[in-house]
Amino acid sequence: MKRIEVLGTGCRNCEVTYNVIREAARQAGVEVELEKVTDLARIMAYGVMRTPGVAIDGKVVHAGGIPAPDTVRDWIRE
Amino acid sequence: MSEIAATADSRRLRAWLLGLPLAAAAWWLTYTHLPELADATVAVLDLSRDTRLGEAVHFFVYDTPKVLLLLVGIVFVMGVVQTFFAPERTQALLAGRRLGLGNALAALLGVVTPFCSCSAVPLFIGFLSAGVPLGVTFSFLISAPMVNEVALALLLGLFGWKVAALYLGLGLLVALAAGLLIGELRMERHLEPWVRAIHLGEAAAPDGSGFSWLERFDAGGRHVREIVGKVWPYVLVGIGLGAGIHGFVPEDFMAAFMGRDVWWAVPLAVVLGVPMYTNAAGIIPVVEALIGKGAALGTTLAFMMSVIALSAPEILILRKVLRWPLIATFVGVVAGGILLVGFVFNAVL
Repeated sequence: MKRIEVLGTGCRNCEVTYNVIREAARQAGVEVELEKVTDLARIMAYGVMRTPGVAIDGKVVHAGGIPAPDTVRDWIRE
Repeated sequence: MSEIAATADSRRLRAWLLGLPLAAAAWWLTYTHLPELADATVAVLDLSRDTRLGEAVHFFVYDTPKVLLLLVGIVFVMGVVQTFFAPERTQALLAGRRLGLGNALAALLGVVTPFCSCSAVPLFIGFLSAGVPLGVTFSFLISAPMVNEVALALLLGLFGWKVAALYLGLGLLVALAAGLLIGELRMERHLEPWVRAIHLGEAAAPDGSGFSWLERFDAGGRHVREIVGKVWPYVLVGIGLGAGIHGFVPEDFMAAFMGRDVWWAVPLAVVLGVPMYTNAAGIIPVVEALIGKGAALGTTLAFMMSVIALSAPEILILRKVLRWPLIATFVGVVAGGILLVGFVFNAVL
């Protein structure tokens, strides 16, 4: 199972990103382990300066802004 | 990338390359014919510009499309430009710079680097831990929100290029000087201790150097949807308020307490503006109308800059990483710079 982390200090865009990913996973029928990371030290350890960021299995795939729906679908499917 | 996806991409790029010149031509044609359009609308509504209502309506139907057109144009261009300046790249450009030149560079990069106030804290820590000096980081943090594209678009539309250029120049100057001063004061000890202990991981996020032109144009389009989609109601409300003031408030009404002879007007404007938070889109049409009624340009600009650059929510966010002495210095230095700008404008113009 994929571990997806949404990196962000809790701004509105971070919430939206979290929901977009959860929704995409539900529609694809794929089970993922989805987590909100709000601890700054952990976010910074990923080298992410623009929130929200997204890390899959510990690797940053996105930073800054809400990811496009197509991109999210690709993450889930891969 | 599969072949099918590649052809789809090249088709979309062609659509951009064909559509952009067409859109630009339509844009220019509309923009240069706005007075006729406004006159026609007033005539169709059977109003006369000699009446207050007629004048207010004319103000509204002339300014609204003008501001929205400028907003769409500038925001699109900025969206494309920003793809060249990811924060990771700006950070690398600024790391290890000395005060002085570094501050100038930081202030300039603040204008073109994509910045959202909710990223202010991670960005701040990221810069510091990558070895960007505190004063240089502050120059960036001050210029990024203050010199924003929406404010520039509106100033350009409502006041002309001279005021827009002055605003840009003075905004950069305040950011440069304030960062320089904070750097000289050696205030690193007023950072929250955990901030200094944080280690920034290797920049793992895509840094934007590998964008194709298709992705850059798409980013411009997304930027327009995001920004214009968010600020247009404020623009309408602001222009509506401005139209009301323009049509119904007597000439020189503002001169009594916001005119240039009133020495306390500038400090008062800054004091009122600092805790207020609104975006540039809402405030600038009101500012235009106030100036039409005799308010001095320096006073109103000072008010606007303090509203945009400093705000209570932003200060609360920064409190997470800065101790009060550093926050107080930050607010004091920026407010002081804005104060100076207001006085200079009132004295010169």
